This record gives sequence, structure tokens and C-alpha cells, in this order.
Amino acid sequence: MTKVTLEVNGKKVSKEVPDHTLLSVFLRDNLNLTGTHVGCDTSQCGACVVHVNGKSIKSCSTLAADVEGSKVTTIEGLAKDGKLHPMQAAFKKTHGLQCGYCTPGMVMSAVDLLQTKKNPSDQEIREWLEGNICRCTGYQNIVAAVKEAATKM
Amino acid sequence: MASLVGSRVERKEDTRFLQGKGRYTADINIANQTYAVFVRSPHARAKIKSVDTSKALKSSGVVGVLTGKEIAEDKIGGLIAGWAIRSEDGSEMKVPANPPLAKDIANFVGEPVAVVFAETLDEAKEGAEKVKVDYKVLKAVVDPAEAMKSDAIHDGVDKNLCYDWLLGDRKAVDEAFAKADKIIKVDLINNRLVPNAMEPRACVVDYNTASEEITLYTTSQNPHLSRLVMSAFGGVAPENKLRVVAPDVGGGFGSKINVYNEEIVCSWASKKIERPIKWVAERTESFLTDTHGRDHVTHAELAVTNDGKFLGFKNETIANLGAYARVFGTVTPTYLFGPCATGVYVIPAAYSNVKAVYTNTAPVDAYRGAGRPEATYTIERLVEKAAMELGMDKTEIRMKNFPTQFPFKQTLVHTVDSGDYVAGLEKAKQMADYAGFEARRKKSEANGKLRGIGVSSYFEACGIAPSAAVMSLGCGVGLWESAEVRFNPTGQISVFTGAHSHGQSHDTTFAQIAADELGVPMENIDVVHGDTDKGTFGMGTYGSRSLTVGGIAIVNACKKIVAKGKRVAAKMLEVNEDEIEFKDGEFVALKSNKKKTIGEVAFACYLPGQRDEMKSPIPEGDEPGLIESSFFDPANFSFPAGSHICEVEIDPDTGNVKVEKYTAVDDFGRIVNPMIVEGQVHGGIAQGIGQALHENTQYDETGQLMTASYMDYTMPRADNFPEFNLGFTCTHATSNPLGVKGCGEAGAIASPPTVMNAVIDALGGQEISMPATAEKVWKACKAMKKSNAKAA
Repeated sequence: MTKVTLEVNGKKVSKEVPDHTLLSVFLRDNLNLTGTHVGCDTSQCGACVVHVNGKSIKSCSTLAADVEGSKVTTIEGLAKDGKLHPMQAAFKKTHGLQCGYCTPGMVMSAVDLLQTKKNPSDQEIREWLEGNICRCTGYQNIVAAVKEAATKM
Repeated sequence: MASLVGSRVERKEDTRFLQGKGRYTADINIANQTYAVFVRSPHARAKIKSVDTSKALKSSGVVGVLTGKEIAEDKIGGLIAGWAIRSEDGSEMKVPANPPLAKDIANFVGEPVAVVFAETLDEAKEGAEKVKVDYKVLKAVVDPAEAMKSDAIHDGVDKNLCYDWLLGDRKAVDEAFAKADKIIKVDLINNRLVPNAMEPRACVVDYNTASEEITLYTTSQNPHLSRLVMSAFGGVAPENKLRVVAPDVGGGFGSKINVYNEEIVCSWASKKIERPIKWVAERTESFLTDTHGRDHVTHAELAVTNDGKFLGFKNETIANLGAYARVFGTVTPTYLFGPCATGVYVIPAAYSNVKAVYTNTAPVDAYRGAGRPEATYTIERLVEKAAMELGMDKTEIRMKNFPTQFPFKQTLVHTVDSGDYVAGLEKAKQMADYAGFEARRKKSEANGKLRGIGVSSYFEACGIAPSAAVMSLGCGVGLWESAEVRFNPTGQISVFTGAHSHGQSHDTTFAQIAADELGVPMENIDVVHGDTDKGTFGMGTYGSRSLTVGGIAIVNACKKIVAKGKRVAAKMLEVNEDEIEFKDGEFVALKSNKKKTIGEVAFACYLPGQRDEMKSPIPEGDEPGLIESSFFDPANFSFPAGSHICEVEIDPDTGNVKVEKYTAVDDFGRIVNPMIVEGQVHGGIAQGIGQALHENTQYDETGQLMTASYMDYTMPRADNFPEFNLGFTCTHATSNPLGVKGCGEAGAIASPPTVMNAVIDALGGQEISMPATAEKVWKACKAMKKSNAKAA
């Protein structure tokens, strides 16, 4: 067992967990933050993307113990004071989600894109999101959402 | 009040999904739950000689281990085939037993043989490792084309043949072919696909020892059907002691129609071990055991005249059912396939013959489009090839054979109520700049690239399934949909539907239509679905049926609410009922202009008689309350149609195919929410392009699934697609009062042939099979270079 201490969505948390606990499992099972989804187990689908110290990572292939002491932001921590983050609002406006399963990872990944590059082209957006699989939308309205958010962020 | 139907209303469900507040099955935990891990057959076909659970039972944290022996002893029934199909000779289809846990023989890799329950997931996994199964491996039957010549894998199923089905008239076809100037032939493989909803299947079961009620949370497209099947065929519990909840479900695409082994086993076991049970599939388990889609081997012919008129069509198909026949497994390659195989064309004579075979692979069932993509691929490859061989323009040959009068009695079964195929194709040509293609082709050539254009025109029969129509075809099941509209005393409304949303946006679109009918803001309306304890019975969502069947039930229930409201308002306003008009949520007495809002009427229905108004507002013959329900069984299928055009560019040095342009013009009748419909079309096209260029399910000759993770199975990604260009023609359906047609599957139906026709056009007519991967295309480019050099 290992003691893992993190700051998750602005709140300090500390839990004793088995050494091999993945960050995705830590968030979902130990903190009940079930917005972070697991879609594949092989680090391909990106439903599990969260931010660790501001950068997007795949939490299904990260050990919780490996990010000891980090600041973690999950989809639950994105909206502030009851107001959707501009990326969340853009996904709603452009119909960038259907079943909602890939959405948390997709949104977290897209937020990091705009932190990295302010006004990405369509091609740059599509290439950045290559690590996030969506089966519902055909990606078109996700690309539109990222472009919409870029005008607001 | 402006109509909400037709508006781009933002989705109600998004607010929770976007903040991580969706509640999917795997998000649910129950105090004291155990974790289930299934022991699965590593062999495609093997006799189970013995199962030794002794070591597993002693393993740390293990609560119980159950096998096929116990489930058979408890007489729990197996999985079922939902549709009975008769062979051409009149014999009934052959369906083998499909026990929830294999006892004597395992018939595909991944078939569950035993299950281990433990205090933690890790302990359950360790326990599962310790279950010792002694197998005698048998030779597996994998290739559907060879199945009829192989050993029978099920007792009593000769030649592995489930049925040999015919639709149409062989003699009439022979006569038509005798008159033809030319016979166009294709040999096609409709590649096997894994639906891959992003949420893996899961179930959480809670058995209440006091009430003896089982609550099953599960990833289902149709919770009521699941309950019915588990109760009537599984014998797990009586329906009143079994609650099935399908909460937020992360995509289905057909793969979550079936009741699966794991749900039956966990529900049964929860009662046995008197503990809640949680099971969540890993992605590889989903690949191995979710129902797969397509998998047809087809030879088809089209008889044509020299000037491009179609005279006859024949289609001989072998359809792979996998190891077992499941809920839609037998109907998908027959009634959902055969009738659509003549496409949008007037073809005087036609037949479809389908032989469905069992193999030692995962069961094959409905996957987005279910039968209609296979049908459209068949006819649209033939038509495109006919244009090529006759030297005709590919749009002209289509126009020439379109019906121009509606209702259009299609060759084999359907009478299509409405449509305008010419307008659709004309619009697609214009939007795609079809006329400018040759210039673009030359430009690509100048850059050393090959450019091709492909067209397909499709129609499909969806909104399944009108009882009268399917019964007349000999199918044993008709499907309707139910709705209940419940006005609460204080004016908010709950709309209960038997349809289920797993991405389709029912919270929004159903609220739009109910708001229009009742004249109330849609914020006052909650759409409730997915819980057998809440709604009345329902058939669920698949086959593009939610709006065309379930939506109409909502409309009809709303109309009953308004009708009762009129009677109550008339009494309240002391006028005759025929003097009341209902408009924008108000009942108005025409002469006096006195009015009551629908909210006031609802309140009066629940709390009749107030202190200063001693008379009850409830008219004689009516009862208090304001709740109405409807069961809608449509008169016919709905028949969306359209034309799609695709342009691809191929790099002959790498074989890489780039989709440059994709134009879709669809006719979905009246559109409730254009934003949501566009989203459905985008997703469908993407799945179809996935089938055409990327996705393939590969078993090796021993029946091992070689593509069992996202490392090996190519899921289309954002950078595989261009921006799709969508257009609509809207001819209203006449089979339902809203005039709507289904839109969920169209994209996946139309796009595979559209893309393949473009690829084959770029390759100068060389046939190539789906998926047109870089390797195959590169080889075709090399062959083309060789033959060009020879010709020169």
C-alpha cells in the first residue's frame, strides 16, 4: 500500500491505496470522481484524459503514486462558480457530444490544445485529438467546438 | 408561440455530460458489492471436459465461483434469437441452445465458462486465474464461405446452416436476365465490424433479500426487452421482481440490444450469493463478446440494357451469424437486407437468397444500419460498375432508373410512401460540384496523385417494426412503442418513453415535440426513460425508431391530454366543449374569450373543487388526474433516402487514401432538430468511412481474434475525415402524423459504397475489397501501373 497525496480540483486529498493503483482508478473509485471515464485500457481512446499540473495526460496509464504531490484537474473541476468553462459551453453550442462518454477526455484534451496553441487550424485540431476516440459525432462538431472555444479563451 | 419542432435547440442532457455528471453503469457502486470476473474460453471450439474451482474458492477474497453446471441445475435459460425465419423449402430455422455459461462445449473465443466473485476486482482476477478448465480442442469453423462444407458445430444443425432464405421470384429473374444486353456481376465481402460503443458493457446487480427483487443496472438500448427476455426465457425472476435500469449509456450502435450472458449470470448469482455484484468489461472483453456486425459474402448480378435500363437483379449471400443466433441476428441478413437490395430503382424482377451459417466466432447481430448497409453496398457497387461498363455517367444511369411516382412500390416488399430521389441527387451534384470533378482530377494527376469520385443513392426501411407489415412477411414479432405523459398538479410534466437514449438526444427532441403539442416551455418537461420501474413497457431504441415510433406515441398521448383538458376547461368556463379552442397552452372559450391555461386545468384535475367553487371541474364520465398514455404501432416503415458523393485522392507511392470531399443529401421528412440530425449524419458517415477504409475484424484460421484491442482494430480518428457537407430534401412521411423519417443509420448505410466507388474510380475500375487499406491500394496502384505500361 502507498499513501498518495494530491490536490484534485483545488482540494487536498490523501488516500492509502495499493501500489499499482492507476490514477483513473484513484479518481473514480477512491474519490468517486466518475466523470473521468475508461474506454480501452490500452491508452488509445482518451476518455480518461485529465490535467496533471496543467498538462493533459491519460490517467488510465498513469500510476497515482507517480504523480504524488501534483495538482490534478478533472472534468468535474473545469466549471467555475456554476458557470461552464468556455470549452464546455462551446461543446454544448456546437453539439460536440452525443452519448457523452468520450466527452470528458475530449474536453480536457481540447482545453490543453488551446493552452498550447491559441488559434489552431482545423488540421491541427484534428491531429491533436488523434488520441481521443469518439464513435458518435464523426468529430465534425468537436472540431467546431474547439474553434468556437478558441474565440472565447 | 414559435414552434420548437424545426429549431436548433441546444441539448438539455449536455449540462450534466459536460461536467462529468453523467451516470453510466460503471459509475454505480452499491455498498457491500462484490466484483465479478468471467473465465472465458481461450479456444474457438472446445469440449469442456471438467471445470475445477477448488483452488479459486480458496483464493483470497473470493466469495463464490459458479459454472455452467450450477446455472443448468438452476434451470436458468439461455440467450435467444428474436426473429423466426423460414427457409425457402418452408422449414423452420435451426437455432442451437446458447447457455449463459458454457457447460459442455465452448463455441467462440471469449465465451464465458465460469465466473468468480470476490471482495475486490484484483482478488476476482486472481481467483479467475485459478479456475482450471480442462478443454479438448476441436477444429474450429471460421470462414463463413467454407462453413457449409465444414464439420457441424452444433448438434442438429446440418451444414452449419441456420436457414436458406429466399425473397423474390427466381423464374421472373431468369426471364429478365434472358432479355438483357449485358449482365453486370460483382463478388463482394462486407467486412466484419465491431460496433465499439465507447462505453464498454457493464452491469451492477443488487438483490434485495427482503423484497426478493433484483435490480439490474445495465448498458442496454432496451431495458424493458431485457427484463422480458430475462424473465420469460431466462427464468431469472418474474417481471415484477426484476427491475432493469439502463442509466446513461455510452453509445450502442446495435451492440447493446442483446441481453448478454454476463447480465443473466450476475442477476442469477446475486440472489445466490446474496451480495450485490459489479461487472465491467475490459475493452478486449468487449471485442471478444459484444455482438459484431456485417460479415457477408455476396455474389450479385444486375441485368441491364445497352441504354442503361435495369431489368433484373439477383443476390446470393452467405451471412455469418457467428456461434449463436441472437436477438436481431437472424432478421438482419433477411428482412432488413433482402427488401432493400434493389435500392432506389425500378427493377421489374429481383430475388435475394441468403444462407445464414454458424461459425466459431462471436455472434453477429445488428450494427448501425443492420442489413441495409450490406444491401446498399451490393446494389450501389453494381450500379456504379454498370455505368462504367456501359460508358454512362454514374448519375445519369441512376436518374434513369429512379421511380418518379410516389407511393413507389419497390420490387420486393416495400411500398415507399414519399420521396424525391431525382431532387436529392441533383442537389448532391450541385453541392459537390460534380461538374467540376474532371478539372480536379487533372490537377491531382499533375501532382502525381489519383483522384476518384463515387456516388451512391440509397433508401432504407427503418422505424422498425410496424406489426402489420412485418407479420405479413412471416416475422413473428411486431414492434410498437409506448409513451405516458404525466402532468403533475403544479404543472410540470414528465414524459415517459419506452425508447432509450444512448446518444440520440431524446431529453431534448422529445421535450421539443411535447412542448409544441402542450404549449408549454420545454424547460417544464422532463423526459424519463431507461427504468422499468418508471415507464410503462417499451421496445427500446434501434433501427432508427425512436422518433418515428416512440415520438409519435408521445404526440398521441399529448393529444389525449389536450382532449381531456378541453372537456375540463369547458366545464370550468361553463361552455360547451366545441366552443373551446386550444392554442399556445391555453384553452379559450371562443365567444367570451375567457381562458384557462393548461397548468390551471391540470391543477383542477388533481384538486377538484375549491372553497368558493364547490362544483367539481371534472366532467361526468371523466376521472380526476391528468395522465395519458399511448401505444403507437405505425402503419408502415419510414423510408429515408438520399444521394451521397465522395471524392478521394490516392497517393500511389504509399497507397494512402484521403477523403477529400464528402457530400450527403438526405431526406428525413420533417426535421425536429436540425443540429441533432446533422450530428447523427456526421456520425453515421464516419462509421461508414471507417468500414470502407479502416476497420476490419480479423480472426485467424483457429478462430483467435487478431483484432481485439485499439492497438489492432483501426478506429477512425479525427484526422481521418474532411469536413462533411450536408444538405437535405424534406418530403414528409405519410405513415405518421409528424411526417418524420428515421435519421440515425442513414450515414452508415450510404457511405461505404460511396467511398468505395470513389476509390475504385480512382483505381480505373479495379475491384478492391473493404477496408481499402494503404497496403491493398498500393498493390492495386502497382498493378495499374503495370497494365498501363503494357497498354502503352
